[in-house]
Amino acid sequence: MYDLIIIGAGPAGITASVYAARKKMGLLVITKDIGGQAALSGDIENYTGYQFITGPELAAKFEEHMRKFDIILKENEEAKDIKKIDNKVVVKTDKGAYEAWAVIIASGKRSRELNVMGEQEFKNRGLSYCATCDAPLFAGYDVSIIGGGNSCLDAALQLIKIARHIYIINIAAALTGDAVMREKVEKSGIVSIFNNAQVAEIIGDKMVKGIKIKREGREEILPVQGVFVEIGLIPNSEFAKDVKKNQYGEIMVNSRNETNIPGIFSAGDVTDVPEKQIIIAAGEGSKATLNVFRYLSSRRA
Amino acid sequence: MDKAVKVYSTPVCPYCIRAKQFLRENNIVFDDIDVSLNQPAAEEMIQRSGQMGVPVLDIAGQIIVGFDKEKIKQALGL
Repeated sequence: MYDLIIIGAGPAGITASVYAARKKMGLLVITKDIGGQAALSGDIENYTGYQFITGPELAAKFEEHMRKFDIILKENEEAKDIKKIDNKVVVKTDKGAYEAWAVIIASGKRSRELNVMGEQEFKNRGLSYCATCDAPLFAGYDVSIIGGGNSCLDAALQLIKIARHIYIINIAAALTGDAVMREKVEKSGIVSIFNNAQVAEIIGDKMVKGIKIKREGREEILPVQGVFVEIGLIPNSEFAKDVKKNQYGEIMVNSRNETNIPGIFSAGDVTDVPEKQIIIAAGEGSKATLNVFRYLSSRRA
Repeated sequence: MDKAVKVYSTPVCPYCIRAKQFLRENNIVFDDIDVSLNQPAAEEMIQRSGQMGVPVLDIAGQIIVGFDKEKIKQALGL
């Protein structure tokens, strides 16, 4: 029986765990990975105190900070269910079941999938959801990026230095995303932008050989060896079946990080707190633990 | 009974960094192959693992895709 279980070890979960360790709570952290999406980010220039740091470096600093404390950490473990039973919260994972007086859900978001033919088959066989990780493998190849927002432009800027030609397949009428990035992409001279276009299928044999796209009322095949999917994120909230969520699947919290179930708190990108930023997730994580502390104290009183 | 260990990786991929960190923590000497700078090695990795994701570990001939701690431990006899 723990005082607090934290699900997730991205910026929100790690910050929450540092605060909990300093309050000497009986703490368990359960997480699929460490660093979350922050670890997959490219360059970060807006985390106060660091004028410039890369995502993996910042994630490593977070991890180091957390490991300074004697925390029970279950890595490579995924929450599958969470239930309030009497006064306790029971968390079931793919490896076991744990009980605590309070839980902070900080499970973050993951890449949205395309849902087209060939997608599952060609994952890691030319199809990637992480340009930061995989872009260097596509040196000299023709690639496509599916998307039109900032993450698409971020991927394009990483690939411009590496790939031979880049096709951006954008479902909307124009690219969104920051003007500065858009200009750099457009000026590179190696990027073709297809607006109002949709991916219908990923094609290949062992590895990706092309994509079938639909635009201007017809289908065509673009021969590419790489496909980067950058069409946004979805919250990792499916396992929290009883917790109230908004239309996007984000866990609804109040300003004290409380969900609709007393004892279950939530923080970071998995919540409906507007603006998804590393610094906001970290701040929300600390706030969640402070409110758990208050909750545990009042329960004991 | 030191086993030959190779890590195929790219510089910024978080799981590559973690895999190498894990090996260092366990005092495992390994050959660090940056596939972003070495095209023949990248092709060798793709051919041997049948996929393009990094990291790929070669532990005495056994290919492990991704930072799979349990498999790595097993292969190394840790």
